[in-house]
Amino acid sequence: MPVLEVVGLRKSYKDRLVVDGVGFAVREGETYGLLGPNGAGKTTTISMVVGVLARDAGEVRIAGRPHDTAGRATKSLIGYVPQELAVYPDLTARENLRFFAGLYGIRGSEARRRIGEVLEIVGLADRAGEAAGKYSGGMSRRLNIGIGLLNRPRLLVLDEPTAGVDPQSRTSILDSVRRLAGDGTAVLYTTHYMEEAQRLCDRVGIIDHGRMLAEGRPDELGAPDLEAAFLQLTGRELRD
Amino acid sequence: MRALMLILRKDLRQRLRDGTLLIYAVALPLGMAFLLNLVMGGSAQRLDARYGVVGLPAFTERVLRPMEAAGRVRLRQVASAEEGRELTGRGELDAVFAGSPGPSSVANLPPAETTDPASPGATDPVSPGTTGPASIEVIGSVDAPVAVQVARELAESYAAAERGERLALAVAGAGPRAVPELRALPEPIRVRQDASLSVRQLDTGTYHAAGTAVFFLFFAVLICVSGIFAERASGMLARIMAAPVRGPVVMAAKLLGGALTALIGMVILVVASSLLLGARWGDPAGVAALVAAVVLAATGLMAAVATFARTAEQAANWQSVAATALGIAGGAFFPVGQLGGLAVLSQASPHHWFLEGLADLRGGGSVALPVAVLLGFAAVGIPVALARLGRVARA
Ligand SMILES: Nc1ncnc2c1ncn2[C@@H]1O[C@H](COP(=O)(O)OP(=O)(O)O)[C@@H](O)[C@H]1O
Ligand SMILES: [Mg+2]
Repeated sequence: MPVLEVVGLRKSYKDRLVVDGVGFAVREGETYGLLGPNGAGKTTTISMVVGVLARDAGEVRIAGRPHDTAGRATKSLIGYVPQELAVYPDLTARENLRFFAGLYGIRGSEARRRIGEVLEIVGLADRAGEAAGKYSGGMSRRLNIGIGLLNRPRLLVLDEPTAGVDPQSRTSILDSVRRLAGDGTAVLYTTHYMEEAQRLCDRVGIIDHGRMLAEGRPDELGAPDLEAAFLQLTGRELRD
Repeated sequence: MRALMLILRKDLRQRLRDGTLLIYAVALPLGMAFLLNLVMGGSAQRLDARYGVVGLPAFTERVLRPMEAAGRVRLRQVASAEEGRELTGRGELDAVFAGSPGPSSVANLPPAETTDPASPGATDPVSPGTTGPASIEVIGSVDAPVAVQVARELAESYAAAERGERLALAVAGAGPRAVPELRALPEPIRVRQDASLSVRQLDTGTYHAAGTAVFFLFFAVLICVSGIFAERASGMLARIMAAPVRGPVVMAAKLLGGALTALIGMVILVVASSLLLGARWGDPAGVAALVAAVVLAATGLMAAVATFARTAEQAANWQSVAATALGIAGGAFFPVGQLGGLAVLSQASPHHWFLEGLADLRGGGSVALPVAVLLGFAAVGIPVALARLGRVARA
């Protein structure tokens, strides 16, 4: 049974349909890349998947259970890393982690253990007492991801986790994702770095204008590589 | 409940670290209260007050006419104290000085000195031929605290001057009189205040402290409510909503954070202004009830206004406009009772009811009505805000 099943997801803003019947599934231990140019509808799709945005139509199931914006039981199975750097700059990394751990009901010694674990994974253990606002871009990105790992999610959802990150941090981020998937976590992530998706993803879905254009293993999708397939599907017209 | 406390603690810690709490809850209101106290302390000279006078020819000649000539006072003769009460009650006059015969117990004043030919008409006999001590009753309009305050001070200083004069005459006339006897000399003129009206006034220090406190209270709430929009823009809100926490709990925590920030600022200002500005706020239980009620009213109104905005900037702008307009209309900076139409408008302002409540408290009255009105503002604002904030979160 897939950890995440998405069927016929639809969303419009005013009269504009921005997600139009998107469906896919992610299995345990699988890394699924949702690829698309800017404005394709990736973030909107992901927001409905994690349950922060109400959908107009369609279904989302987490570990077989129906999920929506009110689904607190299913929300606790998901780790979410938003596209923005969603960390509190005035709080230290440890305080940020403690706050979000609390929101997931993780407290006391269990919270301390998980926070220590996460700080190791994202390589911030020795800077954990510093205000997050003083971190470099890469460190902030890593903390951003760390928060999403606190609840040891069965489904980890990352929205462009490597955007604007130096190669060292990018490698570290991708390594952690790979390791988590190796441990059985289902990973759903968006990017527009084709080469990265090609290396990391077991399967990818290419969306544009809110529609799923193609789905499959990176090597299935076309020659000579994913980037070529992507451009072929989405065209060469410039996006904002 | 746990999530609520968690978010609340986090928000307050953040406000403390980023300086918001210090600026909006402590520095700005305190600084402003000091400034206003300094500036408005000297405002009596620019006063344009409407005074009535019943009898009191000497007081009128010596004190009021010169002020009238200087254009600071518009003077009007009034037939009786009764009429004076009516006119101030209707707001046609700011204050009335009513002369009346003094209590008979002070009639046994040393006679020679007061009828001294050197100072004819120095005192204000209420009925011609009576040389006994008079009293000046100051009847004030509730809506003109500054004019009334000035009136009271005028009467007091006139009475004091008169007493000094008499003392001098007594010393001159009686030669080496015993000092204790001089001390026992009754006051020639006693200033009395209209019990029902003029006691319901805040002194200048308290007025400015209270006005600025309630004004900045709204801004403390503003910062916290705008914070919801900022958190949405930064993705924090999505992250919080992705956690297994009920949406309304998140919003309730945010509003409570705003209310607490405002409350902290208010408590600091009440204490600091009492110690530093000599402000007298009145019965602590009544003050506490008023403060709690106005904090809730501010939170509800500001949050409700903010929910109609689309961005953090817009939310902050709309709230600033609302907070400033309500503050001015409600008399947070200057008494609006003297501004005619605004006096009616001010009824729609929580600031007005808070200040009104404090004045009631000083008059020994009950704060039930102002507290009820303030809770009414809260009862409208908070549900509207909570209902609409859900949409803000999911937008
Ligand atoms: N809150 C919103 N209101 C109106 N339009 C929106 C909103 N959020 C996103 N959109 C529009 O929906 C489309 C898809 O956006 P998004 O899902 O963020 O794209 P992506 O993440 O693939 O870059 C874009 O055209 C965007 O302008
Ligand atoms: Mg996006």
